[in-house]
Amino acid sequence: MTAIIERVPSAIGTEAQPVLKAEVRGLSFHYGAVRALTNIDMVLHEKQVTALIGPSGCGKSTFLRCFNRMHDLYPGNHYEGEIVFHPDGLNLLGKGVDPIEVRMRISMVFQKPNPFPKSIFENVAYGLRVRGERNRRNVEEKVEQALRGAALWDEVKDRLHQLAFNLSGGQQQRMCIARALATDPEILLFDEPTSALDPIATASIEELIHELKQKVTILIVTHNMQQAARVSDFTAYMYLGELIEFGNTDTLFIKPKMKQTEDYITGRFG
Amino acid sequence: MSTDLHAIRALIANHKRWDAAFAVLGFLALMVGVLTFVALFLDMAVKGLPRLSYEFFTTFPSRRAEHAGILSAWVGSTLVMAVTALVAVPLGVASGVYLEEYAAKNWVTDVIEINITNLAGVPSIIYGLLALGLFVYQFGLGQSILSAGLTLALLILPVVIVATREAIRAIPQSIREGAYALGATQWQTVSDHILPYSAAGILTGMIIGLARAIGETAPIITIGALTFIAFLPPAPVSATPPFLSFEWLISPFTVMPIQMFNWTSRPEAAFQLNAAAAGFVLVIMTLAMNGLAIWIRYRLRKNIKW
Amino acid sequence: MRERFIELILLLAALVSVFTTLAIVYILVKESVVFFRQVPLWDFLTDTQWTPLFDDAHFGIMVLLSGTLTSSLVALALAIPLGTIIAIYLSEFAPFSVREVAKPFLELLGGVPTIVYGYFALLFVTPLLQILIPSLPGFNLLSAGIVMGIMIIPYVASLSEDAMRAVPMSMREGSYAMGATRYQTAVRVVVPAAFSGIASAYILGISRAVGETMILAVAAGMQPTLTFNPIEPAATVTSYIVQVALGDLPHGSTGYQTIFAAGLTLMLFTLACNIAGHMLRRRYREVY
Repeated sequence: MTAIIERVPSAIGTEAQPVLKAEVRGLSFHYGAVRALTNIDMVLHEKQVTALIGPSGCGKSTFLRCFNRMHDLYPGNHYEGEIVFHPDGLNLLGKGVDPIEVRMRISMVFQKPNPFPKSIFENVAYGLRVRGERNRRNVEEKVEQALRGAALWDEVKDRLHQLAFNLSGGQQQRMCIARALATDPEILLFDEPTSALDPIATASIEELIHELKQKVTILIVTHNMQQAARVSDFTAYMYLGELIEFGNTDTLFIKPKMKQTEDYITGRFG
Repeated sequence: MSTDLHAIRALIANHKRWDAAFAVLGFLALMVGVLTFVALFLDMAVKGLPRLSYEFFTTFPSRRAEHAGILSAWVGSTLVMAVTALVAVPLGVASGVYLEEYAAKNWVTDVIEINITNLAGVPSIIYGLLALGLFVYQFGLGQSILSAGLTLALLILPVVIVATREAIRAIPQSIREGAYALGATQWQTVSDHILPYSAAGILTGMIIGLARAIGETAPIITIGALTFIAFLPPAPVSATPPFLSFEWLISPFTVMPIQMFNWTSRPEAAFQLNAAAAGFVLVIMTLAMNGLAIWIRYRLRKNIKW
Repeated sequence: MRERFIELILLLAALVSVFTTLAIVYILVKESVVFFRQVPLWDFLTDTQWTPLFDDAHFGIMVLLSGTLTSSLVALALAIPLGTIIAIYLSEFAPFSVREVAKPFLELLGGVPTIVYGYFALLFVTPLLQILIPSLPGFNLLSAGIVMGIMIIPYVASLSEDAMRAVPMSMREGSYAMGATRYQTAVRVVVPAAFSGIASAYILGISRAVGETMILAVAAGMQPTLTFNPIEPAATVTSYIVQVALGDLPHGSTGYQTIFAAGLTLMLFTLACNIAGHMLRRRYREVY
């Protein structure tokens, strides 16, 4: 089943040519002998939010984790195809490409907040320290900038050196977002970031994503269709490891091209 | 952008050097253990194997190194192990069953559990002092196989208890519920289901405990096991009535590690060869027992199909 | 009714452990009380000689403690760094196949009887060290300490590795996702997260070192000397007890009671270690 890519002009502007941040070409992925993703073609538009939706087990998290080579952490996995990173044209999945380098340019926020056993400040500064940033002023500035970007600064500015574990669930997740932001990533990956949070925390994170897209390209996996509809500019629907349909969010939800997409969206299964 | 990439790549390369360096360091650290073990084993083997012979196993120790053997030592070890096992296994399994199946979450249970954890960390020589004061003198059991067996049983009790508890915990609740639903009493459930299914795990614990007990020297010395024993305890069974005798329990005795200690303490090189031979036998025995326990555990992990 | 009876039997079996602890305390205290009636506690703690069998008897426990302390320091200087490095290596670096072989191997290493280690220290390690240090006496604390250290490595490594493996994978992924290497993740995230468990492993190591008997009895000589120099022979609290037991001390004499006073000292120390270790282990179980 070939995916249908819709090249639509940016929702905001009037450019005829969309700016792409990444292009996925013929991506397949195997866990050992099991094939989890089949021949995916997709694009990520720069400074736009793209959502991956689909029923449990459709491979959306697997697909997300290809972007920052998380699968390389476990033995027996291998990729086929390419993910071309713009503007330098680097294939993220290339044999000679170091996963660590990829991860320094692409950050991730996980499903359950995973703060390190350190202070809030040290958590957010972690990426900077890993990059060897020693200048204290720089680190402090970037930490503040990141915490402001995650809408958490006002709540924690007086307790930066307390343990991150003491924050509430929603605050921890925003701190993890700040941590991911502190290194100025080119793409920010979200793996079901609000599934472990209460509705109020969820709303604040969705609002955050809306603001963040002005600065960084976002790819978000969500099992909640309504969230995808609220938050994203583009949506990809996946099923059993294949990309069934990809397109502008409004179009996909109102007038999906594929029957499978329509069945999922109208709740006929899932 | 490209200068950034350059800097990033250099940084990553530097970090990966640390990575590689630590991996090497870790492997070397492991090698320290491996080399020690190999050196120890080979040293014993080279010096001890020539001494191993049928005579060595069937002769008593003697003042003349060439004629000395480990007969009294291994017989003593076997008898002490028998007492140890007979005491430790029922007590340990019963304790484990009680704690897992019967005990309520109250302070009595807490006290018991704290005690078990604590006793696991008590140095073996303290058990020796306990035995000396309590078994040898207070209870009047004397410097005997019985005292030694009881002491070692207390020493390895935590090991057996922990193994029993872990084996029982591995049994899914659904099996218990199935038994109760059919009207079984608690004891019936335990004896018909829990114990048989956890038997392999309990066996592992017993083997590890005994492997530990066989090599214990300090508590037995403290009780007063003599280091020069040139006779065997009276046999437990005999051809004449009464067919069973318990005299061996209160007889003086020696065990393998003490015999080795005795020979190691003698300056003459010939005795040191004997010590190496005894040591080699000890190492083979403990290796075999521990290896067996590891193997059983490995098979258990792979075969579990509830 | 039969059920209650069976339950009672099982409870009695479980209470044996409590009985054992009480018995240990009873015996040690009972004999020590008699001892301390003859030897003032102050003398026991501050005297610098330990000569219980002389006519002019001295009972300074410091002498024995110096041997215990010196040999334990040598052992721990080896066991703690190496044990931790091995634990980090097995938990974060080693491939599955290496771990599957290394862990049982470490178990076997820890299962070697201590008398065999003692023999090894006296007749293999000491001659080897004498090549490097020609003035090294045949009995010395250094060989015993080194071999003791190697014996303790499996305990430290195994418990530390268990603590590290309990750290959830999601925390590691968080670190890797930021571009960290295995080394950085291990040292900056996993070890701090597993800290309580690792500390309790260290405390167990200390407890083992202080309580070790045979290696010291065989290889360090049984001469009570107040020294902190590992190149010398010395007795420890534990090897002293063995020495007395090997001899023939009449039951009830002051000499006989010294071993219980020594044992009580040892017991108090290991008890403190156990309590500290227990509290640390409880803390790390709570975090996750």
